[in-house]
Amino acid sequence: MPPRGVTTLMGASDLDALSVEARAVRARATAWDRMRTNWSVRLGGAALAVLLVVALAAPWLGTVDPTLFDAASRDLRPGEAGEITTLDGETLKHTFLMGSDSFGRDIYSRVIYGTRISLLVGVASALVAAAFGILLGLSAGYLRRLDGPLMRVMDGVMAIPAILLAIALVGLWKASLFTVVVAIAIPEIPRVTRLVRSLVLTIREEPYVEAAVALGTPVPKIMFGHILPNTIAPLLVQGTFICAAAILVEAILSFLGVGLPPDIPTWGNIMAEGRVQFIAYPHNVFFPGIFLAVTVLAVNILGDGLRDTLDPRMARRL
Amino acid sequence: MTDPVLEVGDLTIALPPGADRAEAVSRVSFDVGRGEILCLVGESGSGKSVIAQGVMGLLPKTLPVTGGAIRLDGEDLTRAAQGRLRQLRATRMSMIFQEPMTALNPVMRCGDQIDEVLVGHTTLDAAARRAKILDIVREVHLPDPARMVDAYPHQLSGGQRQRIMIAMALVLGPALLIADEPTTALDVTTQAQILRLVAELQARHGTGVLFITHDFGVVAEIAHRVAVLRQGELVELGSRDEVLRRPQHEYTRMLIASVPSMTPHARPADPAAPVILATRGLAKTYAATGWFRRRGAVEAAADVSLEVRRGQTLGVVGESGSGKSTVARCIVRLVDPSAGEILIDGEDIARRPARALRAFRRRVQIVFQDPYRSLNPRRRVGEAVIEGPLNFGVPRAEALARARRLFELVRLDPGSLDRYPHEFSGGQRQRVSIARALAMEPELLVADEPVSALDVSVQAQVLALLAEIRERLRLAMLFITHDLRVAAQVCDTVAVMSQGRVVEYGPAREVFGNPRHEYTRSLFAAAPGRNWAFGAGA
Repeated sequence: MPPRGVTTLMGASDLDALSVEARAVRARATAWDRMRTNWSVRLGGAALAVLLVVALAAPWLGTVDPTLFDAASRDLRPGEAGEITTLDGETLKHTFLMGSDSFGRDIYSRVIYGTRISLLVGVASALVAAAFGILLGLSAGYLRRLDGPLMRVMDGVMAIPAILLAIALVGLWKASLFTVVVAIAIPEIPRVTRLVRSLVLTIREEPYVEAAVALGTPVPKIMFGHILPNTIAPLLVQGTFICAAAILVEAILSFLGVGLPPDIPTWGNIMAEGRVQFIAYPHNVFFPGIFLAVTVLAVNILGDGLRDTLDPRMARRL
Repeated sequence: MTDPVLEVGDLTIALPPGADRAEAVSRVSFDVGRGEILCLVGESGSGKSVIAQGVMGLLPKTLPVTGGAIRLDGEDLTRAAQGRLRQLRATRMSMIFQEPMTALNPVMRCGDQIDEVLVGHTTLDAAARRAKILDIVREVHLPDPARMVDAYPHQLSGGQRQRIMIAMALVLGPALLIADEPTTALDVTTQAQILRLVAELQARHGTGVLFITHDFGVVAEIAHRVAVLRQGELVELGSRDEVLRRPQHEYTRMLIASVPSMTPHARPADPAAPVILATRGLAKTYAATGWFRRRGAVEAAADVSLEVRRGQTLGVVGESGSGKSTVARCIVRLVDPSAGEILIDGEDIARRPARALRAFRRRVQIVFQDPYRSLNPRRRVGEAVIEGPLNFGVPRAEALARARRLFELVRLDPGSLDRYPHEFSGGQRQRVSIARALAMEPELLVADEPVSALDVSVQAQVLALLAEIRERLRLAMLFITHDLRVAAQVCDTVAVMSQGRVVEYGPAREVFGNPRHEYTRSLFAAAPGRNWAFGAGA
């Protein structure tokens, strides 16, 4: 038999053999398709969309200025009519859908406006924690020399109790949105850092990253162009859970009096003020409590759905 | 066939809607006789594993049997209840898998895993079971059976684990054994031993074997009859000699012609061509350091001295763990060598710090094995191809024009530059990886098992492409492979590696024609189907 080189093999194949290979690549449902058809994502997303609309459209939802009070309308029960004085001294007739508190403030308006604060704190805390966590995690995972020192610092940060940190920060600075977001985000940073670092450690071994190294791609470009985009899916899932936790922690801080100042309508503040009268007027605690529970539930359901659809290990099981 | 163990008649298994075809398996009929080995051959996606799962009753709900029958000793399994199938598994039919590590439970002793089968299907007492386990372990030729049954899977080698799997499958003397690519994950010498073992046991017990493989070398070694599958359809069924020597169907002919020949090609070497790459005493030692004490070091490669000239291909051949990939990765400087020199055009780059490697990066490029992991799933393939040139300051428009030319060179549609990797098949992705490497206009191309993950027909095309590129661009190529057939086809010189060292090094024709080292000889002796002239177009 004559020896046969690859070049002769080639003659037979060429373009017509390509058609053998061009066997249709399996039409794969993209992550986006899976997300849209996932019921958890739909349900959680829809609930959050409603809450977002409520927060943005607060002034047009039959509310009054949430800081207005009227001594004549104290401790009204849900649905009772009364009146409320604006800052110009004008007196308006107003129906207190969710009753009023012991200052005569409209609970309904305060709860609706409180949605703004809760969503803002949740999203801002998640973003701040993610931003720092990504930066630190990428550095620790890719630049091996930084790994030890950075992760030991993170271990230290993890040992700080969130509530104590918040109390300390409020004592140091003053109670403000910024202080609360910082106080909530700092204890979450090590968690994000650990997540990103572990993802980076696996992704950096992928051949496409090695190929980029072989192509002479500078280190920052490898970190942010090749590795970071492949960590986004798990990060998004983690982000929703941080968001849900942040909303809860903000309510707790406000309830304890170390969050936002009491005149700002947040769900925690409303509940804190209603606490002393809980037996006589449970609606002061009840309505903000329901909003808080529904919001956290919606964010968590969305997070579960995202995890099911974005995590490739889960996708195989579906 | 007078007395078939397994009869598959008009079997049709549907795929979920939205798949690339309607049926995973379409009206497939064959049977397996008592004491017969039927090889089911096909490329990936041909439905061969689906048939095996169908027989075992292990199909996922998304792949329902929509027609036909599977009869085991006359009993239709497609109508059998789950409870009945559970009874039949291990007693009348059993299965061994490709990956013996994941098929065994890592936290259970091997003997206990075999014992589980006996407890579930027999009423024997503990002593009788123990005796039976020792018997079967002895029968699969495991050394020191008493110690083996008390070992955990991670304490055994891959071949030993596969023997435990076989022992587990055969302990109750089933009439049918299904082997789903049982040697694909094993080294070639281990593969030869396992094939011999399967043939020996099935002959002794008269077991019918449905042997699933993609490798015609294995078919030539073990099959009595062969069934060829293509995209869920049976295209050819016949005795081994009929199918291998006189294939009737065009697809079978194409497959067999794609299997590379073991005879090295005769390409005149040009001894005057300049040496592009030379290594001298290259070594890589991984020091395993513990927290409190220094533990032993692992020599992944030691004293490797190689030479590649322009326009020529050096093949580095070896089994897993031989250090061949370590050498490749040292040469591309993805890992730092522990000792030795790497001379590129006479310049030593072995000790150069990472930031001083820029100029070198341009001259040496690498193509990886796994086409599914060598492209970033979140970037368009065009971005991947122009990344290198952009790093070296080539304007974007010019880099894109170069990418378009390269796509034509590797026979991909230049219009597909803005697609994502998941829209390409494995072979196409490998072409993209080659284009990405060539975009740097390198002098040396390192190919680390570039065709090992590909189907044989696709493999032939990619090999042909690499050969053509080497000719046209006068590249020096370092080709890492475990596959002797592939090495015979592409290499001018061959270095055989074993346990981190080069044991034989010389022109391909000499190494293949007259292997001197004992290890090389054992490698050749183990190559499946070595006595068959494949690749001759039949």
